[in-house]
Amino acid sequence: MVLTTRTRRRAEPRIVVAKAAVHLAALTPLAILLWQMWGELKGVSHALGADPVAEIEHRLGLWALRFLMLTLAITPLRQLTGWNVLVRFRRMLGLYAFAYASLHFAAYLGLDLRGFWAQVFQDIVKRPYITVGFIAWLLLVPLAVTSTTGWIKRLGRNWARLHKLVYGIAVLAVLHFWWLVKSDLREPALYAGVAALLLGWRAWKALKTRAGARAKARSVPSARA
Amino acid sequence: MNLRDALRIPSADVTEESVYRDRRRVLAMIGAVPALGLAGCSEAAPPASKATITPEQARAGFRTAEEQTREIDATTYNNFYEFGTAKDDPANAPKTLRTSPWTVAVGGQCAKPGKLSLEDLIKGLAPQERIYRMRCVEGWSMVIPWLGVPLGDVLKRFEPTSKAKYVAFTSLADPQQMPGVRARVLDWPYREGLRIDEAMHPLTLLATGMYGKALPQQNGAPLRLVVPWKYGFKGIKSIIAITFVERMPKTSWNMSQASEYGFFSNVNPAVDHPRWSQASERRIAGSASKLFAERIPTLPFNGYAAQVASLYAGMDLKKWF
Repeated sequence: MVLTTRTRRRAEPRIVVAKAAVHLAALTPLAILLWQMWGELKGVSHALGADPVAEIEHRLGLWALRFLMLTLAITPLRQLTGWNVLVRFRRMLGLYAFAYASLHFAAYLGLDLRGFWAQVFQDIVKRPYITVGFIAWLLLVPLAVTSTTGWIKRLGRNWARLHKLVYGIAVLAVLHFWWLVKSDLREPALYAGVAALLLGWRAWKALKTRAGARAKARSVPSARA
Repeated sequence: MNLRDALRIPSADVTEESVYRDRRRVLAMIGAVPALGLAGCSEAAPPASKATITPEQARAGFRTAEEQTREIDATTYNNFYEFGTAKDDPANAPKTLRTSPWTVAVGGQCAKPGKLSLEDLIKGLAPQERIYRMRCVEGWSMVIPWLGVPLGDVLKRFEPTSKAKYVAFTSLADPQQMPGVRARVLDWPYREGLRIDEAMHPLTLLATGMYGKALPQQNGAPLRLVVPWKYGFKGIKSIIAITFVERMPKTSWNMSQASEYGFFSNVNPAVDHPRWSQASERRIAGSASKLFAERIPTLPFNGYAAQVASLYAGMDLKKWF
């Protein structure tokens, strides 16, 4: 759904409250993580386990993936329920996906690879799972930048075209998780299933619309004859 | 039955945990701390996690003075898929493994095969403490004080024949005792193998304990292999069968992904795993926060090249990874 000309109007109080609740919910995993990192730093908590760096990376990555799936769930949910108000939460969910993905990447650079910076380039080039993860994050950057109302206006029809990138990003993100796992694919398979459902719904809708349009196109000349 | 009796460790040989924890002070009191390699150790490091070693032990690779991994870390961060695939699954799993009685079947190309109780298998062999680095293929490492007997000393008793070119190991795979086995994440039972000269090497340990205690369930009770110059997955846990074989045996991770896990799986920073760079590692050690733990470079043969590199003389280690 493209938000073209958004008339400035007073935000409804219910939306403001709902948005605040979503912000609160979206920031909770980060708050828990920061609290546990503080405990780890002070040596009073073992909540992050023996390898806190890996735990932090994995948790941030998982939340990035979850927010990406939630963002992609908005349109199908709206179409199924008819609740158009849902679209007003899509941008913030997408931006949270980008925020968690960026923190995930920052943790990999700042906590994991500390002192071994040269390894970053090797990792990105040589490890397929890191390659696709990096590309997914890179593709999120223009989407985050052009998420403002100003950019939406400026890009016009192209905004929707550009933001179709999110479908590819979802595939890459799932692949990033899939290739990281050694042998127990149950968890990445769950996310792959969700992504397939969300993208499949769109494909099915698009096919139906096209078929409908073709049928209409055929019926027009015959009606004229 | 008392667990120590079960393991046939003469109680006189087992250090009380309180003494063990306090051993640096105790040793300092009796003036037995050798002036060896302890200079340059961080002041902040807790005294209990540094070992005192003799130059002979250091030369043999039997004990390292590096800062040790805390017991809580080594016993809560485990890859033991028989109890679940998450790192904390094995530690959180109910204690369903029956480790006593425990029988090990030793057979194949040897003159004296047999099915022995664990007690009989290691009877008469004095348990030794070995402080080894352990490097996981996933890019992290620990320093763990093991208790065990050299595998070679055990194997010799079965008189392997000239046809015994390799040794194959099998883990228990009982879904009643090991809930993780119900998921087909690997082709159960877990299998590992060593070439006979690797198995006979003095560094190769058949471990029955760690941190001065019997092995906990999550670390492979009651009997596991420790091969410090190979990636951690070679250290097969809860062993029920040892077989001398003529041909290179099948090993679990190699069966799962042959392109990623070779039979030898010697720690080698020059041979990358497709998913993890093997050039460096996150060292999980000490009680200090690991949030900003420094990465360290990975050494060929996990730092045991002086002891084991000769086993592979003339071999292309890029091919035989």
